[in-house]
Amino acid sequence: MTARQKKIRVVVAKPGLDGHDRGAKIIARALRDAGMEVIYTGLHQTPEQIVETVIQEDADAVGLSILSGAHMTLVPRIMQLLAEQGADDVVVTLGGTIPSDDIAELKQLGVAEVFTPGAPTQQAIDFIRGAVRA
Amino acid sequence: MATRPRLSEIERWERETFGRIPERDAPFSTISGEPVKPLYGVGDLPVDLEEAVGLPGEFPFTRGVYGSMYRGRLWTMRQFAGFGTAQETNRRFRYLLEHGQTGLSTAFDMPSLMGHDSDDLRSLGEVGREGVAVDTVLDMEALFAGIPLDRVSVSMTINAPAPIMLAFYVVAAERRGIGPERLAGTIQTDILKEYIAQKEWCFPVDPAMRLVTDMIEWCAGRMPRWHPISISGYHIREAGSTAAQELAFTLKDGLTYVEQALARGLQVDSFAPRLSFFFNAHIDFFEEIAKYRAARRIWARELRETFGARDQRSLLMRFHTQTAGVSLTAQQPLNNIVRTAIEALAGVLGGTQSLHTNSFDEALALPTEQAVRVALRTQQIIAEETGVTNTIDPLGGSYFIEALTDRLEAQAYEYFAKIDQLGGMVQAVKQGYPQREIADAAFRYQQELESGLRKLVGVNSYTEGSEQPTPILRIDPAFETDQVERVREARARRDGPAAEAALAGLAAAAREPRENLMPFLLDAARAHATEGEIVRSLQGVFGSYTESPAF
Repeated sequence: MTARQKKIRVVVAKPGLDGHDRGAKIIARALRDAGMEVIYTGLHQTPEQIVETVIQEDADAVGLSILSGAHMTLVPRIMQLLAEQGADDVVVTLGGTIPSDDIAELKQLGVAEVFTPGAPTQQAIDFIRGAVRA
Repeated sequence: MATRPRLSEIERWERETFGRIPERDAPFSTISGEPVKPLYGVGDLPVDLEEAVGLPGEFPFTRGVYGSMYRGRLWTMRQFAGFGTAQETNRRFRYLLEHGQTGLSTAFDMPSLMGHDSDDLRSLGEVGREGVAVDTVLDMEALFAGIPLDRVSVSMTINAPAPIMLAFYVVAAERRGIGPERLAGTIQTDILKEYIAQKEWCFPVDPAMRLVTDMIEWCAGRMPRWHPISISGYHIREAGSTAAQELAFTLKDGLTYVEQALARGLQVDSFAPRLSFFFNAHIDFFEEIAKYRAARRIWARELRETFGARDQRSLLMRFHTQTAGVSLTAQQPLNNIVRTAIEALAGVLGGTQSLHTNSFDEALALPTEQAVRVALRTQQIIAEETGVTNTIDPLGGSYFIEALTDRLEAQAYEYFAKIDQLGGMVQAVKQGYPQREIADAAFRYQQELESGLRKLVGVNSYTEGSEQPTPILRIDPAFETDQVERVREARARRDGPAAEAALAGLAAAAREPRENLMPFLLDAARAHATEGEIVRSLQGVFGSYTESPAF
């Protein structure tokens, strides 16, 4: 199969301890309705568990959702583990309450895009489509 | 049913009016998706208005739980606060008390809410982030140092480990010579809504329900000024539910706790007066006011008629309100001050007993002191300037409000019937029923937003290209290192064998289903056992909980 025909595989993941899963679930549904293959990890995942899922599922992209303020600890750890596993081609996006100063730093670490509260799901769909196909 | 000539008069009016002038293109439904008519009239009132609405402080309490309401005493202005270490939060508490706040409300950090110590690997990056870190009774002592615990009412927002935190609090007060009978306040403890919406748990559903009931039972005899549970719709709404779902699931959770306590052999009037509630104040103004009024009426009726409560205080649905965090936007954050003011007004017109107003910067980070002050001032302006406190339930008798109140009540009973068909709330939760209903409602709302059917100012309408950056509160990462040090030091300094004995005693008691665990938790607190150790020893008996990840 060519890349064009293959369904995009996305892991939607909730790292850390916060249980705010409204956004993650909405995004998971929206990506699925847009024709992607969505694997939702469920809550309270460690960076190790998330990276293992990404590798096992051979995902093209991973959408992280963090509303606990722990993103500057959890995201760098996930980026590091992905690189160690040779999976740094996976498109990483992040959604949640992320202050704008942190966004620049996260992008430097290789996060492809950050979506803050109010971002429409279509924006995430379009972005992931574009970034995976690029 | 009697004929209602005036309703047909409204129908005539509606035909004539909108025959000439078409309605503009807008949804004309509540944020929950309920249709709203252009005009309400006498025909929309309950047939037995006197009976359904009544008087404040009298059955069915639709108009308020107390006769005098805000003419007797204003609501408690209770701002939720907590971040970093106990010392840091203690400073914020004193700041709030100095600025006229009348009660304290404690936010715990994620590791504390999930039963992990600050030095647990899973706590990395989360210590003191979203609330205060409390690992042992020593942290609890530092948190309330210098605050008169026998005079200030204290609320603690924690659920799965609530019995442990209450034990820490009781022991911290005991060491200052204040007995549990003098402590006033509330601990959230509502574990059912955790499985439904907020998703912070330590144990499977059944042992978690046992712990809640142990606490209610223990408090019934010893803490007459304490509310051992705050049955919460707030998080259900924040997870995306409709107003009717918030109302129905919350009250059904409450009725389930009553059933469990009765099954324990308690008399309903020995604990029901200490049950309290916590609701969201969302942006749909009238729907929210109607929700609180319906909640009071349902609770009073169920307690009196289903459970045979005789003490009038058992019938009172007293509640705390918080404005809707989910309604705040990261875009144009100053607009959030206006949203919060309108939501707070709904809480007041709905007869709340206490209120938290969110700060305008909370879609970005934890609030700064300036933002918290504006939020508190919002309540003070409502209380002191607007005149809305002059009369009780000023919207009572409004055609629209009474019709909405009736409709929400009917919708709640429809949900009760569905939940009963599934075998009750505990079974429904295990089957994921309320969880699915909420996820569906959240998705529907998001679609309405994205299609432009619903407008959100600054987000999908009236947007601005570039925005001024908003100054935000930064949590110093040093808090985490400090707190990790504190818990390690607490473990090193205590009488090790005594702590181990207390934990072993707790685990042994947990194996006996008829043993009340509160005295064992108090012993563990006195022996400086950490929260994580206590949770681990209970998990050794009860097991832990994982949700099946569905979306």
